[in-house]
Amino acid sequence: MSDAPDQDSAPALTLYRLQACPYCERVVRVLDDLEVPYHSRFVEPMHSDRDVVKRVAGVRTVPVIVDERTGVTMAESANIVDYLERTYGDGERPASGEVSS
Amino acid sequence: MVDFEVVALEPTDHPESGDEAPDFTRPLVTDEFWEDRSLSGLASEVDGPTILVCTPMIGSYPGTYVWEELHERGWHEEAGAVVGVSISTPYAIKQFLETTDSPFAVFSDPQNRVAEEYGIVNDLDGMAGLDEPRPAVFALDANLTVETAWVAEEWPEFPPYDDLESELGF
Repeated sequence: MSDAPDQDSAPALTLYRLQACPYCERVVRVLDDLEVPYHSRFVEPMHSDRDVVKRVAGVRTVPVIVDERTGVTMAESANIVDYLERTYGDGERPASGEVSS
Repeated sequence: MVDFEVVALEPTDHPESGDEAPDFTRPLVTDEFWEDRSLSGLASEVDGPTILVCTPMIGSYPGTYVWEELHERGWHEEAGAVVGVSISTPYAIKQFLETTDSPFAVFSDPQNRVAEEYGIVNDLDGMAGLDEPRPAVFALDANLTVETAWVAEEWPEFPPYDDLESELGF
């Protein structure tokens, strides 16, 4: 296993995620599609253990993103996807019929 | 009195004082989350030495004792950073840090490659397919130059805490 790229040089966007969480993977896919560099922080499944997420975002759900470039902290994958496409996409919003829930 | 001998370990070829310690990136686990961090990035950010502590896996008594001892001695208040290396998974490490109220962070390295790079692999007799780092303590400066190195020569063996403290000026 080769070493991962050095993430200390901090991409501006941090993703709080949970292993195998489909909502988190959805956000990851959009970040990759838009080629937005990000920094992963993994938390544990136990909802009550997610104090860091609560502190950062006010909720204990994941995914949560913290975008230092825009000062945005956001939960809920649908909102995040929407935000990412608006902020880092080419400006074209997909027609509502094409958006999966 | 039981008559037995402590197991002597083979000599190692690990980084010594003045050598540059190998850099690596692994998930660094705190009591709240884990994220990829490089040792060099960490060492360059802190004020004071970075202490790298290799311990047996979470769940073993030496692993527990070493971290409790370092906590009691307050190494986290003396050093720039005190970080561990363990073959334990991030889940196990996080739970351990949380339940012991530990101020430390531990790199998770289940494949034990860090120990390979540092020349301190300890094969565990009777656990096929599983090895871990030999107990070790490396004090590093901001450029990963080794200031002090201690590697266990017996099994079990605990770090010479008092000696290390006087060498480090704690």
